[in-house]
Amino acid sequence: MERDDLIVNDSYALNSHHSEEEGAKIRKNIWKVTGILTLLTTVEVLMGIYFKRSETFTWTMIKWSFIILTLVKAAYIVLVFMHLGDERNNLKKVIIAPYMLFIGYLIFIAISEGFGHLGNFNTLH
Amino acid sequence: MGGEATKSIAKDVLWGGGRSPFSVSYGKMMMWYFLVSDALTFGGLLTAYGFVRASSTDAWPIGEQVFRALPGLDGEYPLIYVALMTFILIVSSVTMVLAVEAGHRNDKSGVIRWLGLTIIGGFFFLGSQAWEWSHFIHGSGGSFLLAENVTVTADDGEVFNLSKGDPVFMDHHFGHLAEPWIEGEPNVSLMESDHGIKLVEVGEHSHESELHALTLNKYVENESFVSGDEAMKLWNARSGTFAFGANMHDNEYAIQQAYANFFFFITGFHGFHVFSGVVINIIIFIMVIQGVFERRKHYEMVEKIGLYWHFVDLVWVFVFTFFYLV
Repeated sequence: MERDDLIVNDSYALNSHHSEEEGAKIRKNIWKVTGILTLLTTVEVLMGIYFKRSETFTWTMIKWSFIILTLVKAAYIVLVFMHLGDERNNLKKVIIAPYMLFIGYLIFIAISEGFGHLGNFNTLH
Repeated sequence: MGGEATKSIAKDVLWGGGRSPFSVSYGKMMMWYFLVSDALTFGGLLTAYGFVRASSTDAWPIGEQVFRALPGLDGEYPLIYVALMTFILIVSSVTMVLAVEAGHRNDKSGVIRWLGLTIIGGFFFLGSQAWEWSHFIHGSGGSFLLAENVTVTADDGEVFNLSKGDPVFMDHHFGHLAEPWIEGEPNVSLMESDHGIKLVEVGEHSHESELHALTLNKYVENESFVSGDEAMKLWNARSGTFAFGANMHDNEYAIQQAYANFFFFITGFHGFHVFSGVVINIIIFIMVIQGVFERRKHYEMVEKIGLYWHFVDLVWVFVFTFFYLV
């Protein structure tokens, strides 16, 4: 049995080789994603410059749209550029699920403890 | 194990059916595991930043007020420089994914071209970050804290009731001379001028700067300019506490030192990742030129360092949002 990273056959979900025609298709997709990432970043920067911060509902919406646009960008980077979208389903879950679990918990704890002085969570005092 | 430099792998280290787990190589899976743990570190840092910022009672500096300079240009360009850095990193991520694609076709010259461009992009980003750090450390004018309560009228007519300990910001030219003056530099002295006061430097770099205007709320929402006699009122109420730029002990941007410390730690830790990424890319670049992967008949090593490089880009996307935008 050879070293597993030296195996060149179809047992890998992400087959190590592709033809010139497949390559052209993949490159087209890469440039498409590049366009999307550039566009999203430009939108974020323009929003950041244009909208003034305030205690209003509008600014809250802007903040959430920054976060959503960032998650969209992150998804494109991880699924297309890092090829996680082409990996097996169980690898995807093994990578993403523990991360979401830990970070979700951390953010929950930070929010419930960090904003305590604002009044909504200090019933324990 | 599969990652070690042996040509064969013992059958009993493979999982159940005699295949690699998840149908990826050992090295690639370990790179993913490493990235998950590294992402937890960055996630922890950014969450800590959000926690400290949210539980802070003083105003927190905002990105478009602090980061609005461009190298070699006067004037204000909010977030443009950081956007440029983001764009550089995204482009270098694209060249990396093209290098991986060329590797899948065993196109050695393609890998060399795209990986080379990725390395250049990495150096551009590191250079940009060096300038950003230098600008942040030097600051733009500095600030002083008030020693007593003052009421002043801003140029736009708004009246401010300032309390003891509130910060007031100097402009770039005045602050440039105020720093050596505070430090007791004998060449710099404070003099009366036609409209108020000026700082004069004599000797080799002789020049002077008048106190034209002071700024309130410079790095938070709604900055206001105060000039003339009103500015003199602020100047006369100054305490001995000045801050110029930022270091590990004080900073001109915020009352909270945590702001500067988070800037240094988060962007510094990310910059260190970019630096090590560039070093790893260069090592693999040399191996590609030497034909190591051509003999191995696949370029999976380029894929693995590609994963790391994209991860660095991914982290920056989050740093950009949470440190600069939100």
